[in-house]
Amino acid sequence: MTLSNTSLADPTREQSSECPVQPASADPSTAVLKTSRRDFLKTGGMLSMSSLMGTAALMTQSDDAHAAVEWAEHFQKNYRLMTDKEKDEARLRLEKRYSFEYGKQVSVDTTEAQPGVLMGYALNIRKCIGCRRCVHACVAENNQSRGKQRAGEKIEWIQVLRMERGKFDQEKMNHGYPEGLGIQVGGNAYTPAGQVLEGQYHYNPEKVPEEDANYMPIACMQCEKPPCVKVCPVRTTYREPDGVVVIDYNWCIGCRMCMGACPYWARRINVTNPVLPKEEMNPVTHYLGNRPRMRGVVEKCHWCLQRSRHNRYPACVEVCPVGARKFGNLLDPESEVSLILQRKNVFRLKAELNTFPKFFYFYD
Amino acid sequence: MLTSFVSDYVRYVLKGGTKFYAWMGSLAVLILGMLYVFYLQNTDGLIVTGMTSQIHDGLYFANLVFLVGVAAGAVTIVFPAYAYHHEGMHKVAVLGEMLAITAVIMVMMFVFAHMGRPDRLWHMVPPWGIYSFSSMLGWDVMVLNGYLILNIVCGFYYLWCKYTGNPLNKKWFMPVVWIAIVWALSIHTVTAFLISTMPARPMWFHSMMPIRFITTAFAAGPALIILIFLIVRKNTKFWVDDSAIKLLTTIVTWCLGIAIFLTLSEVVVELYARTEHANGLYYLMFGLHGLTKLVPWFWSAIVLMIGAFILFLIPSFRNDFTKLPIACAMAFAGIWIEKGMGLIVPGFIPTPIGEVTEYYPSFVEVMMTLGIWAFGFFILTILLKGAIGILLGDIKFGDSKTVAAAAK
Repeated sequence: MTLSNTSLADPTREQSSECPVQPASADPSTAVLKTSRRDFLKTGGMLSMSSLMGTAALMTQSDDAHAAVEWAEHFQKNYRLMTDKEKDEARLRLEKRYSFEYGKQVSVDTTEAQPGVLMGYALNIRKCIGCRRCVHACVAENNQSRGKQRAGEKIEWIQVLRMERGKFDQEKMNHGYPEGLGIQVGGNAYTPAGQVLEGQYHYNPEKVPEEDANYMPIACMQCEKPPCVKVCPVRTTYREPDGVVVIDYNWCIGCRMCMGACPYWARRINVTNPVLPKEEMNPVTHYLGNRPRMRGVVEKCHWCLQRSRHNRYPACVEVCPVGARKFGNLLDPESEVSLILQRKNVFRLKAELNTFPKFFYFYD
Repeated sequence: MLTSFVSDYVRYVLKGGTKFYAWMGSLAVLILGMLYVFYLQNTDGLIVTGMTSQIHDGLYFANLVFLVGVAAGAVTIVFPAYAYHHEGMHKVAVLGEMLAITAVIMVMMFVFAHMGRPDRLWHMVPPWGIYSFSSMLGWDVMVLNGYLILNIVCGFYYLWCKYTGNPLNKKWFMPVVWIAIVWALSIHTVTAFLISTMPARPMWFHSMMPIRFITTAFAAGPALIILIFLIVRKNTKFWVDDSAIKLLTTIVTWCLGIAIFLTLSEVVVELYARTEHANGLYYLMFGLHGLTKLVPWFWSAIVLMIGAFILFLIPSFRNDFTKLPIACAMAFAGIWIEKGMGLIVPGFIPTPIGEVTEYYPSFVEVMMTLGIWAFGFFILTILLKGAIGILLGDIKFGDSKTVAAAAK
């Protein structure tokens, strides 16, 4: 992988939530903690209240503190407006709650966007065989709800659309029939052909790839002009400086405007308390990424921030058995995505909507 | 003086006959049911509703949109009263304001029902939360709250003056009334923008939406007001002039006519070309891929609206106040379906990636909706009874004998 300027991956980070200080930013100007007395006093009463309660709860170091920790979580600010100190407190609160709930040491990463990085993704639809390993890897990596009892308990961010291969038929030539008011329709009208968004993803074949099908995986496009961000009434979903559209799950009010605005059906609502068995929970999380969500909030793909901000591929890229998925830094001319953009014919989905996705499709 | 106003008002409103208490009691039962399903929804989550990630706005959102229209519809009384100095309307303008207050409160309750995290709604309210100027929902919340305040100010200041016997201070009252009239248009326009600004949902993505919303609002709102006026005439000593009801009938008729025209225009435009963008409408009218749950809703709405329109055009029918309620109820129900479920749900069918699924309200949703409507009628009864008491002079400053007059 070719994220440039990123050497912040901390190998000791993954299981060591004992160490509370994490690299907050690569940009020294933003990394400086501003905690003068005046700044501290400037923060609103309610917010300092929440920090105090959170801190008090953390100091008691017992499981009884769980309730207090959760209570303080209700009063925290929008993540983007938090000071570095508040972010740290929010992180510790969450680590404590998750560790308690899932019975293992959970780390919540707050690594910020690296300067000089604009993440991009390219997918070779010619290569995709529709095996859906990406879907399952994504669910496992990103702590999605995976219940089987009720329909709303299962959430998958990636959908692999199965589309019939078009086949024009000599025999149908004379089937042209007058439709409606006697208007002529060609016999091969209604024959599917090419990539259209009329596919279905509830396919279950013996083996893939099937002879008569194309596959087209689809997930969040991380648009440069995301319609979901524009409609959010509380600005809880926003575009990070490295190009990824993220959600502060603690600030989301569950109004679902973003879901209506998304032309790619990338967003899911947690209609109930997520079903996430303790033993399957991935303890390496990012605040804006795969940390466990709660009932009533919206979630979506974030290109595995917990991995990609530490120089690793997203889970779907790593697992793809045919190498159809490519990921990298669009600002680095030598990265795989940049080379694909230079040399291949690429297209964006629903480009006419001016959302400017950073997820590109290409053919060999 | 203010305390005596409040105590006189409350004492008058609480006094009533068996009919009044039976009515309020049965509404209270439905309200309790609503509280129970609200509890279910906020412990188990929205999974107890019929909503999914595919179709995530349902009956709640449909009612929300419709009731914003009812709130805006109150302007059909206020405008003729103040712009045309219509005598009959002027007498009852304050009742329209009471209806607007009720409808906005109901809208806000539907917002609470709709949200995934109603406990976090303070995130929208500065200074604790963030107000987003780019979000249509943010604007909608702002104009709705503004409309609520304007109507409370106009309505209760008017009642207060009647109560104390002081003349209205027209220097500031009239400007506020004019602002409220323009504001009524804004609430429904912004609600239309809420859904018509999403290219991801082709069924909603057209500029006809605001005018369609306003015409349907100015048909459904006054239709409800006529029904209420007829009930008031029958059950209280307060007399609503025939001229007021007749003018409202005219407004309903022609707004309904325009609404039908706009619906049919949409059908022609969408189905002539029959692109994939017409799939939503096609699903609504005929069903798609064998899924047809909304088809009966659509056709019943069409029958109700066109039937009501024809009945309104027959002079012997519309001038007979025993028959008029039938047409009003038909128009009201037809628009409730067409603009509610019939507009919201097909916007999600198929999904942007072509999946065709269906939505049907669950018991929880039906119970919640009934409960919120019951709550609406509950406060409407209180507000109308108090207002009528003051207009009749039953509640008057210094006149401690609050006369018992059972409304309803």
